[in-house]
Amino acid sequence: MHKWEYVIRRLAMAVVVLASVSIITFVIARIIPSDPAAAWVGSHPTQEQIAKARQQLGLDRPLYEQYLRYMRSLLRGDLGTSVRSHQPVATDLKTFLPATMELVLAGMVMAIVIGIPLGVLSGARKGGPLDHVTRLFSIAGVSMPTFWLGLLLQLLFFKRLGLLPLGSRVSTEIALYHPVTRITGFYLVDTAVTGNWVAFKDALNHIILPAFTLGTYAIGLTIRMTRSTMIEVLNEKYILAARVSGLPERTVLFVLALKNAIIPTITVLGLSFVYSLTGALLVEVIFSWPGLGTYVTNAVLSIDFPVIVSVTLVVAVFYVFINLFLDLVQAMIDPRVTLQ
Amino acid sequence: MNDHLLHVEDLYVRFKTYAGLVYAVNGMTFDVRRGEMFGLVGESGCGKSVTGLAILRMVPHPGEIVRGSIRFRGQDLLRKSEAEMRKIRGGRIAMIFQDPSASLNPVFTVGDQVTRVIQQHIATSKSEACQRALDMFAAVGLPDPSRIFRTYPHELSGGMQQRVMIAMALSSGAELLIADEPTTALDVTIQAQILALLAELKGRQGVSVLLITHNLGVVAETCDRVGVAYAGGIVETGKTDDVLYRMKHPYTQGLLAALPRPAQRGQALQSIEGSVPDGLHLPPGCAFSPRCPEARKNCRAQKPPMVSAGSEEHEVACHLYT
Amino acid sequence: MATTPNVERAGLQTEHRTARFREYHLMLQAFRRDILAVLSLVVIVLFVLGAILAPLLTPYAGQGRGDPNILEKFRPPSSAHPLGTDYLGRDVWARILFGGRSSLSIGFLVVTVASVIGIPLGATAGYYGGWIDNLIMRITDMFLAFPPLLLAIAIAAALGPSFINAMIAIAFTWWPWYARLVRAQTLSLREQYFVEAARSIGVSDVTIIVRHILPNVLAPVLVQATMDIGSAILTGAAISFVGLGVRPPTPDWGEMISTGRIYFIERPWFAGSAGAAIFLVTLAFNLLGDAMRDVADPRTRRAVA
Repeated sequence: MHKWEYVIRRLAMAVVVLASVSIITFVIARIIPSDPAAAWVGSHPTQEQIAKARQQLGLDRPLYEQYLRYMRSLLRGDLGTSVRSHQPVATDLKTFLPATMELVLAGMVMAIVIGIPLGVLSGARKGGPLDHVTRLFSIAGVSMPTFWLGLLLQLLFFKRLGLLPLGSRVSTEIALYHPVTRITGFYLVDTAVTGNWVAFKDALNHIILPAFTLGTYAIGLTIRMTRSTMIEVLNEKYILAARVSGLPERTVLFVLALKNAIIPTITVLGLSFVYSLTGALLVEVIFSWPGLGTYVTNAVLSIDFPVIVSVTLVVAVFYVFINLFLDLVQAMIDPRVTLQ
Repeated sequence: MNDHLLHVEDLYVRFKTYAGLVYAVNGMTFDVRRGEMFGLVGESGCGKSVTGLAILRMVPHPGEIVRGSIRFRGQDLLRKSEAEMRKIRGGRIAMIFQDPSASLNPVFTVGDQVTRVIQQHIATSKSEACQRALDMFAAVGLPDPSRIFRTYPHELSGGMQQRVMIAMALSSGAELLIADEPTTALDVTIQAQILALLAELKGRQGVSVLLITHNLGVVAETCDRVGVAYAGGIVETGKTDDVLYRMKHPYTQGLLAALPRPAQRGQALQSIEGSVPDGLHLPPGCAFSPRCPEARKNCRAQKPPMVSAGSEEHEVACHLYT
Repeated sequence: MATTPNVERAGLQTEHRTARFREYHLMLQAFRRDILAVLSLVVIVLFVLGAILAPLLTPYAGQGRGDPNILEKFRPPSSAHPLGTDYLGRDVWARILFGGRSSLSIGFLVVTVASVIGIPLGATAGYYGGWIDNLIMRITDMFLAFPPLLLAIAIAAALGPSFINAMIAIAFTWWPWYARLVRAQTLSLREQYFVEAARSIGVSDVTIIVRHILPNVLAPVLVQATMDIGSAILTGAAISFVGLGVRPPTPDWGEMISTGRIYFIERPWFAGSAGAAIFLVTLAFNLLGDAMRDVADPRTRRAVA
């Protein structure tokens, strides 16, 4: 079918999925065993306070009305208010989201730059020394608990080698003497754009370890996927036909084979992007990175439901859009793709 | 010897498998002359496809060529370097395979793929290469070459895909085309068209064709000379008419008798007793001897040499005639 | 005439079955030859045995279960305590052994529950197609729209921190993958001739699904499930790291890392060992799953010579 038909169909699907995402988060938010009204009031609530809170929060209305209220406020951009801080969640997100995004994107860059070439070469020289080393590395990468790896890297690079900092996005001196102007919330971008090179270097130092920790899973996955699809592709008749036509091996590998192999790899990159979104949760805790992960973990500890549910919703929405984007990219590259 | 474009002499190709050493090609000897279509015919497993790949030194792992010579225009290909072979592949000798849909890269347009091969062998600009590709498309009978240039393989029918493959193969001036079962995956009417195309190209462009097939009918129609292969070696070779109508080797006789004929209606089909030997357990003498209805005492022990079978160029490897 | 189909069917089935046994035999042979695969299996068995036999493998079983021993807190590894003691003085080796009970079982349970839910749903969707397929696929899409860990955290938080709740939460995010996988396999199998043949002699749909389709689907699902046990263990550890799994003082590897984290730079041995345990087990499962995949596919099966 024509490409544009596919795009429109896919977008429609995305909308349906978004609607169902909101339903699920709503359902989760409502099966709370503990009383959200009581939690709202705080410690030692009295019956009147609970009743008042219940009315305020609209918990006495029938379920479908609650859902409609929920959807309406969502579409207005109101994500609820944190039970703990009594601040609107949306405001908190504006502070924390860019930090996490920057971390995740840095991890993905590592995955692409390190993962794909290594995957291609291991697949091409299957069974060779490079192959064994990268296979070990990539399997270790997907088996490693990120929170543990982060701790180990901290031990190595901070304690033993003294090369990289322990946590946060910038050191306190920089925060004091060369503060980062907030434009996008992406420190690397903001410092570069304002010419604040001291802070840029500092921010870069701070992001390396957490990004690598976060990216390890993605790097591992990318290498494995690229390698296995390369092996499959290299077994295809059209690769034999290309070699039989006298084309040089580097063209066969990096142009003819890779374009076929890259398709599942892109899917995997997208998947690991989202995995990283949630892996960031754990990495941020370890590296005291002020992002969504820290926000959510604290919310879990204080059973702050509006936060948990809203963050889940936001991340899910991201997820839907990223999958959509990946499907569209795949449709662009692979001429055979049609709606299944 | 001079008009032998390709001369394969005593070729042995073996595969290291977990069951042992399998000899897929066992002393294969034949030649292809300039401007002719030579049919290498035999059942599956007789080593004909491996021979085709061996000529271009593309036998897949774990196979290796262990003996023999392959002379192309007088030069032994087995002694050439990899770089020299790369120039020959596609440039002097080309190969097309059985399933054209699998032989074309699905994510590139067919025009792109052919142009790339042309640019590899002939140093021309992109636009000249494109033009050459378009000319080839017309030469192989593809309608509307410029539209086809921009299509992807999966958008074409089997017959058109195979024409594209032929165009790609002959685009850089190859003198020998190795066609490995080029029509087996296509329906009968398309088969006829492709074979006619090959015959036409042979005549018009002077390309020699090594046609590898299991189909005797195909061979009868299009080939000038024929080589009947069994268990990795040639048992009978000669002009098509000689081999098919004045056959001498018991295997050839069995093959032709096995063809169903309308006159036979109502009778049981004839077949050759036994089955093709696996490459692991070959008798030291004639490979066909275990199944041969006319086998004599020395057949199993001694390998029969290739001797004349009567008419010019007609040769047979059988003790019945030594 | 009435007996012939049954006899033929039985004959075909026996042939089918002996062919399958030969296949399994070849697979087993190839598997035994792969050192990493055998090693992984050994490691997994050791861990499982360690968890089951925990009280017998340490003199500090009580501490393993949670009894504090404050006088000996923060002792580095020594002959008395091979992995040192934690912040409450409990022997770390004992904690690891007992922690294996919850950490390992969550992996197995999650994968089992997810398969039990996902496989029948996937087979049904793939076999019947039409609106059943659509319905089931929309439901899986709904679940797959969420990043798994986050959804698991949200559900676990809603249900309350406990081992069972964590297991349910993770299983809920896991089953859609199996449903999808089985559905895809069923779709391709459904088109094969033997299914048509079975249907034409009157075999019921359910029988076809159970007797013909599921056994062929089993191999890739088994491979996926094996690798998933490792990821499930990882996810379980992440859930308890965040504080939503087992409640202290019950030991759990993820929880050990979470509490040990603050002391890690100076006293790495308890968070470090817990992490190492998770790593080794997950690695073993991943290697095993990889090997199983290589072995199941005749093309990648390593040649004997």
